[in-house]
Amino acid sequence: MSVDRYILSLSDNSMILGHRLSELCGHGPTLETDIALTNISLDLFGQVRGFLSVLAARQGSDVTEDSLAFLRREREHFNCILTELPNTDFAHIIVRQYFFDVFHKMQLEVLQQSTDQDIAAIAVKSLKEAKYHERFSQSWMLRLGDGTEVSHAKMQVAVNTLYPYVHELFDLTEWEKELIESGVAADTETIKEEYYRLIHQTLAQANLSTDGLSNRYAKGKHGMHTENLGFILAEFQYMQRAYPQMEW
Amino acid sequence: MGDKIILEDKFQKRIDAGEKIEPKDWMPEKYRKTHIRQISQHAHSEIVGMLPEGNWITRAPSLRRKVGLLAKVQDEAGHGLYLYSAAETLGISRDQLFDQLHTGKAKYSSIFNYPTLSWADIGAIGWLVDGAAIINQVMLTRTSFGPYARAMVRICKEESFHQRQGYEIMLGLANGTPEQKEMAQDALNRFWWPSLMMFGPRDEDSPNTEQSVKWKIKRKTNDELRQQFIDITVPQAEYIGLTIPDPDLKWNEERGHYDFGEIDWDEFWTVVKGNGPCNKERLQARIDAWDEGSWVRDAAMSYAEKQANQIGKEKLAS
Ligand SMILES: [Fe+2]
Ligand SMILES: [Fe+2]
Repeated sequence: MSVDRYILSLSDNSMILGHRLSELCGHGPTLETDIALTNISLDLFGQVRGFLSVLAARQGSDVTEDSLAFLRREREHFNCILTELPNTDFAHIIVRQYFFDVFHKMQLEVLQQSTDQDIAAIAVKSLKEAKYHERFSQSWMLRLGDGTEVSHAKMQVAVNTLYPYVHELFDLTEWEKELIESGVAADTETIKEEYYRLIHQTLAQANLSTDGLSNRYAKGKHGMHTENLGFILAEFQYMQRAYPQMEW
Repeated sequence: MGDKIILEDKFQKRIDAGEKIEPKDWMPEKYRKTHIRQISQHAHSEIVGMLPEGNWITRAPSLRRKVGLLAKVQDEAGHGLYLYSAAETLGISRDQLFDQLHTGKAKYSSIFNYPTLSWADIGAIGWLVDGAAIINQVMLTRTSFGPYARAMVRICKEESFHQRQGYEIMLGLANGTPEQKEMAQDALNRFWWPSLMMFGPRDEDSPNTEQSVKWKIKRKTNDELRQQFIDITVPQAEYIGLTIPDPDLKWNEERGHYDFGEIDWDEFWTVVKGNGPCNKERLQARIDAWDEGSWVRDAAMSYAEKQANQIGKEKLAS
């Protein structure tokens, strides 16, 4: 079912990025940033639980939020590549977050009107969180982009690495196009221009450039991932694989 | 000299009368130093304590448990934050406090120098370690230094939530499959004795107690607190069908307390002196986070200065 896949793709962006942020807990550059990033991770996992419990209820029988979260293989994940890229340093963490947050917020704004009531309800609830995430990551874009020479250089490296994956956020798969027609999915074409305007405005304010960067191959939404995802899942799924069918 | 004695006398009378000492009040230098040491040691314990539990966040077995653990570890960061702020009111900066931790001058609770080897350790830590911490901290909600006492009130509420969450994890495992029960028992076996060590050396080997009692930092001795913890925890273990790893543990009708076996004090001192299973790794993880974050903190500072200058210029121009 294409709606199921769409819900998984929304959920997987939050789940995989939430996982990346959860790797940082206890290792942040300050206590305040540590707390903030953990908070974002918590919000994202909260959204995942919302989406997957809806999906589990629809699919019935033995399906649970946990079987959906922990028992799918690499090719059955539909997150965008951006969300699975590693926590190379704090600059990468912030740039990845900012690029995602702006998109996430705009996508949720559209999804509030989804004809699928469950998706719409989760979007309404998640939008407040996404706005807060964007405020956090944008403020750090400026601080680090326009901070010191060192921070600026690190941020430029992060932009060089991550910007080439941004285009995939707007990649429309065949199954998504169908759902746009019926008003279930967000037509991201309608927010694309504004998205790029916003991020380029912030990048300019932060003295960061995207000149000469070209888009990289990115087919996460089609279930084609980087080598990162396998390792994420090895860790993420460890307990459910090692101790199958138990209650925790 | 006479003036100082009068001041100290008045100071002690205020404490005896149950008044709180606030940061701007006069206080003996020793009171200030002792509080900086104790509060910062407590703050460091919260922060270092994030590491053993953080170790299982990415591998938590279910979404519900993952969210519970993330929130718990985040609470501990919050506890660190309140406590550093309380210490800062005594005239020391957070950077200085971190420096004391990183250079090994300041201590933190030894319990966090033990590894978390299975998911059940997360349950055991919540149940036993947060449980032991509460016993110490409830006492501190009535300590004489105002900011510390107030921080403790807030922290204690969250710690008791952690304790229940940990016990609930253990309860689930103990009632689960044989593998799960074995995992829970193994975690209890490994964390029991180190949890008893959290109350510190035996009373006869513990200096400073008298002064601490006068300042209400301590209302009960290490041995009294340890006994209280054992008396509360043993029935909890029995209730979920786990065995406390102490063959000498026995209810003593006459004393109205459990008798228990001898703690391995050699192990205690080995870990306190820095040679426990994870001392080096825990400290290194904190040092790495601090060092790797230095460019971030520098940038934030420099950006804030630029912004302040900008506002200054705009004010001048208008
Ligand atoms: Fe705590
Ligand atoms: Fe706690």
